[in-house]
Amino acid sequence: MVPTMRQEATMLLIHCPYCDKTLPEVEFAYAGEAHIVRPADPAAMSDEAWRDFLFIRTNARGPHFERWRHVHGCARFFNAVRDTVSDRFLATYKAGAPKPDLATLLAETERAR
Amino acid sequence: MTTHADGPVALSMADTGARFSLRIGVTPDDLAAAETAFGAPIFATIGARGREAGRESLCLGPDEWVLTAPEADRAPIATAFAGIGAAHPHSLVDISDREIAIDLEGEAVTALLAQGIAIDLDAFPSGHGTRTVYDGITVVLRRDAAHAFRLEAWRSFVPHVWHRLTEGNKELALGI
Repeated sequence: MVPTMRQEATMLLIHCPYCDKTLPEVEFAYAGEAHIVRPADPAAMSDEAWRDFLFIRTNARGPHFERWRHVHGCARFFNAVRDTVSDRFLATYKAGAPKPDLATLLAETERAR
Repeated sequence: MTTHADGPVALSMADTGARFSLRIGVTPDDLAAAETAFGAPIFATIGARGREAGRESLCLGPDEWVLTAPEADRAPIATAFAGIGAAHPHSLVDISDREIAIDLEGEAVTALLAQGIAIDLDAFPSGHGTRTVYDGITVVLRRDAAHAFRLEAWRSFVPHVWHRLTEGNKELALGI
């Protein structure tokens, strides 16, 4: 059986790319899926495409690109790659930074184990 | 409720004087201008404090600082920053009455704070500060010495924070 985070520890530690510190999860707030780009011209879109932009999100089982906010700290939004099964954070990076390549990230995490 | 000594840690509400929230760009030019206006060093590293002549800056975020100074310096600081506003756009907000500071001193101070703070206090260096969470409430924590901390919380949350600290202090005294 694969051990889950719940069995290993009671609190996650999240690395804030702005503070450059690894801090307890109580300081952070989840803020939805990352890399959702707002369409340049909403008026030209169909209702379905606009609905998809507003509401339809990936329901990932495994690595997921998501936004977090260090709300009780530097207050900055940043991006993270989190495995939704194990709750393991594969990487965190500053908002606006390019999306990291998932295959490279998984290989690095595997090596670090 | 201004002092408390029913346990190993001495707690007291501190008079902090003037307090400002500063938001300014992080170019060296902007920071240098802000330092000149404030009269104490302003560092760009989160958690770093710059002190001079009773005035102190603490970097809370990439472009956010909290400035503290004696009460008499309140108006001169506001005037000095108004003078650099045209060349260095910034926001300086007087938040003197928003927060109340609690001074904690004693050998068991980290044990008392750890009841409500999740960060590793042993790894928190003296002379640093940070914003964190105490029992669900956002606080600004500063460490002045190995056994001396200052906790600042928003005014309306202070009765709860004070209650939790004094209860925790009694628990430490009783060894529970």
